[in-house]
Amino acid sequence: MLGWGLWASTLALAAPPQFPALSGRVVDQAKILTAPVQQQLTLRLAQLEQANGAQVVVVTLASLEGYEIADYGYQLGRHWGIGEKGKNNGALLIVAPQERAVRIEVGYGLEGALTDAYTRAIIETHIVPAFKQGDFPRGILAGVEALSQAISSPEDFARAHPKAASKEQGRGSLLLVLLIVVVVVLRIVSGELTGRGGWGGGFGGGGWGGGTSGGGGFSGGGGSFGGGGASGRW
Amino acid sequence: MTNLANWKGGLAALALLSLSGCGINNIPTYDEAVKGAWSQVLNQYQRRADLVPNLVAVVKGYAAHEKDTLTAVTEARAKVGQMQIPKDILTNPAAFKTFQTHQGELSSTLSRLMVVSEQYPNLKADQNFLSLQSQLEGTENRIAVARKDYIESVQRYNTEIRTFPGRIWRAIMYSDAEVKENFTVAESAKEAPKVKF
Repeated sequence: MLGWGLWASTLALAAPPQFPALSGRVVDQAKILTAPVQQQLTLRLAQLEQANGAQVVVVTLASLEGYEIADYGYQLGRHWGIGEKGKNNGALLIVAPQERAVRIEVGYGLEGALTDAYTRAIIETHIVPAFKQGDFPRGILAGVEALSQAISSPEDFARAHPKAASKEQGRGSLLLVLLIVVVVVLRIVSGELTGRGGWGGGFGGGGWGGGTSGGGGFSGGGGSFGGGGASGRW
Repeated sequence: MTNLANWKGGLAALALLSLSGCGINNIPTYDEAVKGAWSQVLNQYQRRADLVPNLVAVVKGYAAHEKDTLTAVTEARAKVGQMQIPKDILTNPAAFKTFQTHQGELSSTLSRLMVVSEQYPNLKADQNFLSLQSQLEGTENRIAVARKDYIESVQRYNTEIRTFPGRIWRAIMYSDAEVKENFTVAESAKEAPKVKF
């Protein structure tokens, strides 16, 4: 029986990209960050998770393997399972130097704090200017700082970015988020009932890592992604 | 006597366990997954439809004489809004096709609108427009993800009810389980992934 199920699910998943291993809160596959910068980022992201529960991971990629960064990003988020299961409060900052593409991928549960307009503002005002000067560490540090602020104190962030806050989402967005949460929870439940712990390839990586801090032993908590966020180029 | 009852209960539990091991629950489980994925597709399309009036209003302010493009978007949006979605849409090929056609029209008119907007520097500098543009981009991306999830869930479901042993379970227990409609892949998605040199 398992064989049939596996066959069906591989049929559904046409060759996903080769994802890097989740080695910590900072995965520097493109080798653009020095050890001290990685430590600084890791510390900041660990603080954020401790204070707020939100899991944010920085990843630099050697190649997007021909995928659009948005297509690659949500699949990577699901593969690693960033964010807590059920809350889906994870986000990724993805940098692909070779393609000159950057993206903030937002898990379902953070879509309220990290709206499309906010993530775009973060990319354009905090990240891209530094990248244009070839300064990856500065752009990434500034991006992570802005992301942390937007997640942990949304009011302060909105004051600092009044333009992006104008007319954002409007009414009904809370209802939408709730609906999404319900749908995702249903999916998770149905996934668990089949004993495969996954739905269409989502919720892939890692077990319960929600409370871990520091670089060692870091893992995703089983959160899922639905394509929220924004991309940019430089 | 109680021993016998226990023994019988144990046997029944064992039988149930072995049944669930051979996929008796797969059809309803996959069916629920398809429904969940479908409601997500509807959510995201609705989210896009809700953005359109604001977007059209902002563009009109700067590019009023792009009347044809603006009218096309408004009309496509109206068609999407007026569309009655029957309850059996997932097993109703005609209704599913209509749904897909209307949403496809809105997609193409919207992308034309965004191309046109590129020619208006003042519009491109409007913060309200930029915010709406980023929301539209994000929503189109969410739609793509939701569609992909739906496609995968329907493939799994349809494969289950047409192959052994799901086929047997369907014949015995789930005779109301019908093959579900799936999205035809859009032209742009067919050629992905692109390899850049």
